[in-house]
Amino acid sequence: MQVVINGEPKELDGPMTVEGLVRQLGINPQFCAVERNKMLVPRRQHGEVTVEAGDSLEIVTLVGGG
Amino acid sequence: MVDKPLILGTHKLNSRLIVGTGKYSTFDMMRDCLEISGSEVITVAVRRERLIDAEGRNILDYIDLNRYTILPNTAGCFNAEDAVRVARLGREILEGLDNPGKDWVKLECLGDKKTLLPDPLATLQATEQLVKEGFQVLVYTTDDPITAKRLKELGATSVMPAGSPIGSGQGVLNPNNIRICLEYLKDGDPDYPVIIDAGVGSASDVAAAMELGCDGVLLNTAIASCREPKLMALAMRDACLAGRRSYLAGRIPKKLYATASSPETGMIG
Repeated sequence: MQVVINGEPKELDGPMTVEGLVRQLGINPQFCAVERNKMLVPRRQHGEVTVEAGDSLEIVTLVGGG
Repeated sequence: MVDKPLILGTHKLNSRLIVGTGKYSTFDMMRDCLEISGSEVITVAVRRERLIDAEGRNILDYIDLNRYTILPNTAGCFNAEDAVRVARLGREILEGLDNPGKDWVKLECLGDKKTLLPDPLATLQATEQLVKEGFQVLVYTTDDPITAKRLKELGATSVMPAGSPIGSGQGVLNPNNIRICLEYLKDGDPDYPVIIDAGVGSASDVAAAMELGCDGVLLNTAIASCREPKLMALAMRDACLAGRRSYLAGRIPKKLYATASSPETGMIG
């Protein structure tokens, strides 16, 4: 299943939730926020929302800034 | 003398200095400078997770979330839509961390990469949308008094005019415009907070901004990129306090000619 994560094409094994994807990528779920097709996926829905073929995902965190 | 706190929407602050977390050579240096600056609010940016990260360190490992209120910015956004998306993402992270900064945003809608000056129209649009979504919007803008007034009318919690372009270190280039901004924004609303955001290069720039009557100063590069960041953090803390006290004390008027400080009578013959 082809998706785009942070601007990069990526092949996923099969359907999974946002929560599952974040875990698979080794990202600390507490420090990140996720957008699916430009819409924020609230944290409480990460276990329910499914990533689908062709989705564009943004997974962001906080960095140093002014 | 105990100053009154700086009120930014629902946030009550004792320090009038807000510092950024960008550009430090190391996270340890950043942590030390934040502490020395005495700031209670620190700004951060929202960026894509690096999917391959050898070190696996996150800035949040170096920030005491019980001590600092985090102010997420929308830096790098060049239109209102992106700025609103980034603001929502920042809020989402801070809600997860249960940090008091979860209800506000430092809005930046930039016009171009060379100047990093704000795009006034996009800034107005994004302010309107974010206020509607319940954000307390601290908005980076130019020193144009009319734009500043419009942003306040749209519900911005604080208007934050640039002293000069971001990271330029030129200080407050047009104090007269800042004076007019202050007059307009505080008209009938003396506690409305106005913060100088961007352009500060040295401690005297901070003091000068505070002496104009600004309620606070937000800076990053001036500390992070100087030769001795920890010493500058201390200088900035002191300058902010000195400028504020000087403003509160009410300076003497400037005159063309001298006025003797010593008695003019009783001189020897």
